[in-house]
Amino acid sequence: MKYSIECTKIQKFFGEGESRIEVLKSVDLKIGKRDFSMLVGPSGCGKTTLISIIAGILPFDKGKCSINGHDINSLTENELINFRAKNIGFIFQNFNLIPTITVAENVSIPLMIGGMDREQAIAKAKEMLGLVGLKDKSNMHPQILSGGQQQRVAIARALVHKPPILICDEPTSALDFHTGENIVNLLKNINKELGSTFIIVTHDNRILKYADKITYLDDGKIKSQGV
Amino acid sequence: MYYIALQMLFGNKAKYYAIIIGISFAALIMTQQPSIFLGLLTRTYSFVGDVSEPDIWVMNPGVKFAEESKTMRDIELLKVKTSKGVQWAVPMIKMLARAKMPDGSQSTVDITGLDDATLIGAPYRITQGQIENLRAADSIFVDETAAHTKLRISLKDGSTRPLKVGDILELNDRRAIVVGLFKATRNFVLQPQIYSTYSNALKFIPRSRTNLSYILVKAKDNLEKEAIARNIEAKTGLMALTKEEFKQKNLDYWMNSTGIAINFGISVMLGFIVGAAVAGQTFYGFVLENLKYYAVLKAMGVTNAKLVKIVLLQAFVVGFIGFGIGVLITTLFGLNFLDAVLAFRMAPEILLFASIGVLLIISIAAIIGIRKVVSLDPASVFRG
Repeated sequence: MKYSIECTKIQKFFGEGESRIEVLKSVDLKIGKRDFSMLVGPSGCGKTTLISIIAGILPFDKGKCSINGHDINSLTENELINFRAKNIGFIFQNFNLIPTITVAENVSIPLMIGGMDREQAIAKAKEMLGLVGLKDKSNMHPQILSGGQQQRVAIARALVHKPPILICDEPTSALDFHTGENIVNLLKNINKELGSTFIIVTHDNRILKYADKITYLDDGKIKSQGV
Repeated sequence: MYYIALQMLFGNKAKYYAIIIGISFAALIMTQQPSIFLGLLTRTYSFVGDVSEPDIWVMNPGVKFAEESKTMRDIELLKVKTSKGVQWAVPMIKMLARAKMPDGSQSTVDITGLDDATLIGAPYRITQGQIENLRAADSIFVDETAAHTKLRISLKDGSTRPLKVGDILELNDRRAIVVGLFKATRNFVLQPQIYSTYSNALKFIPRSRTNLSYILVKAKDNLEKEAIARNIEAKTGLMALTKEEFKQKNLDYWMNSTGIAINFGISVMLGFIVGAAVAGQTFYGFVLENLKYYAVLKAMGVTNAKLVKIVLLQAFVVGFIGFGIGVLITTLFGLNFLDAVLAFRMAPEILLFASIGVLLIISIAAIIGIRKVVSLDPASVFRG
């Protein structure tokens, strides 16, 4: 298996009847294993729809999409949920950390979803927080942390169960340039150390230099792919 | 995951407290109001309940409730005594009289005259004096609470004191001496209760051809009380009711003639509606506020079934805590008014009723929240 993500002629429509809109127009996308790939394009071009399909949280209408060797359109609802739990890590623009639980508890969630008991999951979460330089913040609540620190926590949460694919939605847009650059550096290092495949949706041109591959999407079509 | 679910709940303090307050309020109203209602209902037949020995009460057919004085001829006692299945029968007078206090003030009192020989029907919580002293001429026992409140005596210096043993008053212009005090079970009428013997009571009330209020009957062992009562009715033309039938008659009278059940029913319904609205609305708000986190969990691989369990756990935990607080406040309220003017009786059935009410409230709240969570699109995590 050469590619982590292999989507062929993906079509996605929203709406019914006259208001039916084709959001993705026969998209072909291939992302290799361990790639640090970025997906760019103007607002409304279909980036979010495409990563939602890749993440297995949005069904598509036509085409074929193989993620880490799984044809996601052939999976049942429960198989898809299991697939996501094991294969996908999420990093969001607004971090989406639960504010009423501690940093370590936030990070431990994917492990607990996988069935690990709480104590063991917290211990593993603390290890992962060490990797992103926040072990000393384990018992704090996320709101106390800076934006950059919160994004590091989100990265630890996305990585803790060692998923082969990480989907990052605008990971630097809520951060200042310096912090954003640190975060991308961290992601890049993790990519090298752990060998996970990254697909990063971004509007931030300043981080494009870190990409192994850049895919430019416009009006539901891939306009260019390259380094 | 359930630990995380609870932390999500407890950590959102404003919403958590608002939900708890809503459910506690509903639980409080749903336990307190029925407890007061039940307490009042119990008082409608407390006089009958306190007279423990007799199985059957015989009375004028026109009697609607225990405190109502409708008399019979004394001769009826003999007829009842000779009825089939009667082990013994004793007379009782129950009548209102005008009491003139030592300070000259007047009030209306409720006199109960007991059989001289047996004193059957005597109060059982004697606080001062010996009940046998009732047999002395002009002797009366007075309700201790009334002695301290309605029957207080004004002194020359402007102060007052409770009526006490040894005080002499007039009942319908006849001398009466207080020889004891007792703690009366509160009933549904307001007049102070006074006990005397049957023969003394005859002196205190205006004489007429008929004086007898009740005939208290003990049934012979192994015989159906209802059958004996019907037999007495057939023989005398009077009304004969078993103790339970007489209690029910009192209950029916007050229920039907006062609309008390409707009033309390409305209170309970309002408590339920307000509690349900506050708790339901706030819980729904809590779910909405956490919707993006439920979406993140869903995207990460939490199943709908697990999310339903999470929301149910959150709803049931607030329901349990709110119910506990509501019942605790009601219990403290009840303890505060124990044996006081406010009627209160919290029966296990009331707790069951309130728990069903709270269960209904949190189920409604949970179902609304669950619908939202189940229909949640995990792809919304990427929409900011």
